[in-house]
Amino acid sequence: MGNVLVWIVWFAAAGGCIASGVAVVSLQNPFYSALALIGNLASLAVLYLLLSAEFLAAAQVLVYAGAVMVMFLFVIAYLGGRADAPWAGGSPLLRTAAIVAAAAILVEVVVVLGLAWGDSLSEPAKVTAAFGSPGEIGELFLTDHLLAFEITSIVLLVAAVGGVVLGTTREKEETAS
Amino acid sequence: MNGPGVGWYLIVAGILFATGAMGVMLRRSPLIVLLSLEIMLNAGNLAFIAFARQAGSLDGQIFALAVMAVAAGEVAVGLGLIVAMARRGVALDVDRANALRG
Repeated sequence: MGNVLVWIVWFAAAGGCIASGVAVVSLQNPFYSALALIGNLASLAVLYLLLSAEFLAAAQVLVYAGAVMVMFLFVIAYLGGRADAPWAGGSPLLRTAAIVAAAAILVEVVVVLGLAWGDSLSEPAKVTAAFGSPGEIGELFLTDHLLAFEITSIVLLVAAVGGVVLGTTREKEETAS
Repeated sequence: MNGPGVGWYLIVAGILFATGAMGVMLRRSPLIVLLSLEIMLNAGNLAFIAFARQAGSLDGQIFALAVMAVAAGEVAVGLGLIVAMARRGVALDVDRANALRG
């Protein structure tokens, strides 16, 4: 019974994920695209929960659906009508090449998975209930992956400063334009 | 593990990655390109977490967190660039922004 329930939740989350992903790519108005991406991130968080990555699911909702998407929506609102994005652009050859390349990626993934389906993908490891909990993740970050943790903080600081520097214009340019 | 095996999650990750790649290559608005990039990064994250579950090791989840941080940084810089483009009156089209100077 529990098994069937997990499958139902998985289908809902995976379907929502793919549908909202297609919506992000195909919608004309970037505002609706960004809203669709929030749906995409939320259904991905459900998939993370099914893979027993509780902390990552929470971080996904907080960092992405919370912070990153708010930033996106602010910029789209700031740009107003200029942000509208019709489909035009690119020669027919480029468009065909893009579709062929994306299809090739998908076919490769499916073929490789099909080859590995029987043996290496069949039996996932047994894990304890604490797998993916904030405690376990935090302990790994402060022991084995301390360097990655510190470097991540520097990357975020540099990116924040870079974003501010790029976004501000000097007085002279502001009056000139 | 109850329900679908790890392979099913990887198929979803593959479909999402292909969708995002199509968006990056087909659309010309830098905003939509950034949003499609987010889809691609998240597809990679989903694969990392699926393999972490398969191997029973948390290292994949740590890597996914690092990817999330890099994605947040990328959005900050990318949106800064888009705002700078808009302020200087450059058309919001990735094909037209082809001159690099200070």
